[in-house]
Amino acid sequence: MKILHYWRAMWGIIWRECWRFVTQRERFVSALVRPLVWLFIFAAGFRSALGLAISPPYETYILYEVYIVPGLCGMIQLFNGMQSSLSMVYDREMGSMRILLTCPLPRWFLLLSKLLAGTAVSVLQVYVFLGIAWCYDIRPPLQGYGWILPALVLSGLMLGALGLLLSSFIKQLENFAGVMNFVIFPMFFMSTSLYPLWKIKESSALLHRLAQYNPFSQAVELIRFALYGQFNQHTFIYTLVAFIVFMTLAILGYNPSKGMMTRKGGAG
Amino acid sequence: MNKQILSAILLILAASAQAETVFVTLEKDNALAIVDPIAGELIKTVEVGQRPRGIAISPDNKVIYIATSDDNIIKMIDTETLKEIGTLPSGDDPETFALNPKGDTLYISNEDDSRVTVMDIAKKKVIKQIQVGVEPEGITVSPDSRWVVSASETTNMLHWIDAKTNIIVENTLVDARPRAVTFTSDSKFAWATSEMASSLSIVDASTKQIVKRITFEVQGVTKDKIQPVGVVIDKENKRGYVALGPANRVAVINAKTYEVEKYLLVGQRVWNLAFSPDQKRLYTTNGVSNDISIIDLDNLTVTKSLGVGNYPWGVAVKP
Repeated sequence: MKILHYWRAMWGIIWRECWRFVTQRERFVSALVRPLVWLFIFAAGFRSALGLAISPPYETYILYEVYIVPGLCGMIQLFNGMQSSLSMVYDREMGSMRILLTCPLPRWFLLLSKLLAGTAVSVLQVYVFLGIAWCYDIRPPLQGYGWILPALVLSGLMLGALGLLLSSFIKQLENFAGVMNFVIFPMFFMSTSLYPLWKIKESSALLHRLAQYNPFSQAVELIRFALYGQFNQHTFIYTLVAFIVFMTLAILGYNPSKGMMTRKGGAG
Repeated sequence: MNKQILSAILLILAASAQAETVFVTLEKDNALAIVDPIAGELIKTVEVGQRPRGIAISPDNKVIYIATSDDNIIKMIDTETLKEIGTLPSGDDPETFALNPKGDTLYISNEDDSRVTVMDIAKKKVIKQIQVGVEPEGITVSPDSRWVVSASETTNMLHWIDAKTNIIVENTLVDARPRAVTFTSDSKFAWATSEMASSLSIVDASTKQIVKRITFEVQGVTKDKIQPVGVVIDKENKRGYVALGPANRVAVINAKTYEVEKYLLVGQRVWNLAFSPDQKRLYTTNGVSNDISIIDLDNLTVTKSLGVGNYPWGVAVKP
């Protein structure tokens, strides 16, 4: 199998995903509306309710809406990762997954391509969101917009891999509501996206611990530091390891002989 | 030719490496904090006396004057060695004072005695004590050395003292509790902040009448927390900056249109302000959060807040 085949397959998958995203105007708008509602309404209400102390990467006092922007970037990627997994379930139900998985390329490669496609879409969404935030006077240093790209790719891959893993467990599209309740919301609220860790510690030590080890928190902090031109090694390694673990499990989950698909009585 | 280029490069490098030094009085630590604002570092703190508040640097940048309120004197500190080189008898409880542009006379507010003390620095002698309104606080000398303006907190007045005769020639009634006053660089207008009215009065120096009154409103901050204190205006008279106390903001005012352009979030209870020598940065003392904030004036953004010690009060900058 030549590299060209691999490239053509990967490009095809990424292109299909991006095309699907751009043509589904409602999806494009709704993907943006969600973080914007948080930014304009939720953050506005909390503007002065939370007096934030200075904590890295910030070097001075910030308004609450400045604080939650990296968290909302993470939220975009979290929802996108889950949405990609939803589309996997849909593809499986519709049969297009069968075509994809019978393609004469390794399954891990196809899944990775699918993951990259989802990540590309989420990165696109994040940049549009950051552009709107800029107009709202939330202006991180200019170089931060460059530094954030690798961070977004890694966090997008990690959250996408989690979505893939979950999609290997989900038999039907209807079960996706469970993912919302049991994965997205706890992951989002139990993280540093809305409140800094020290603030969570004030209310509950257990919650603080959970938020600290939540891979979503680590991804958000990676994004936060990158947006302010800083590299945070701890969050980078944590996110990378989480990605490798989720991806390995997802590949295993999609393995027809060993994975969840056989246990679920066949699929796609 | 090469030598010339090399020396030019060295000159540029030397100029860029010449960082200013920021001096901050720490009211509760009885000390002076010395900060390198370019590196963003607190270099050291030195003890200076009981309850240091008002601070100024002589025009030749050699002497720092500090009002040590509970010692009832003004201390003179060498800017290089940071050692005390003398004291000035200021009268009781000196809080704020102003140095004239020549640097030979100090005008000191004696809050408890409702007086302004005029001091000859070279002779270390009191020239005159002028009776003003109740609780004088803010004081300034116009850049053309013609006027000394003292603001009395309880009387709510600006007292215009003729710098030649040391006699009050006129009074201007302003909003409740005037705290600080400063002049535009052309000496045409005086800007006075009123703590209780959340306002700034701009007074014409020729008529002594208020020409504009600006009221501050910060989104999400209750009015009682907006207490304007320190005020500075840039050399070009393009913008003025007002510290809003417990509102934790610095208001940026267009000095031509008198519109408030922006409110910048700084540390808690922002008190006094000082420009960098090139006026590209503004330094604020934040009394409750025990730090100073550094504002980039080109981009109007707060770049850093730096812990300096307990109750930072006054700030002065040496090139």
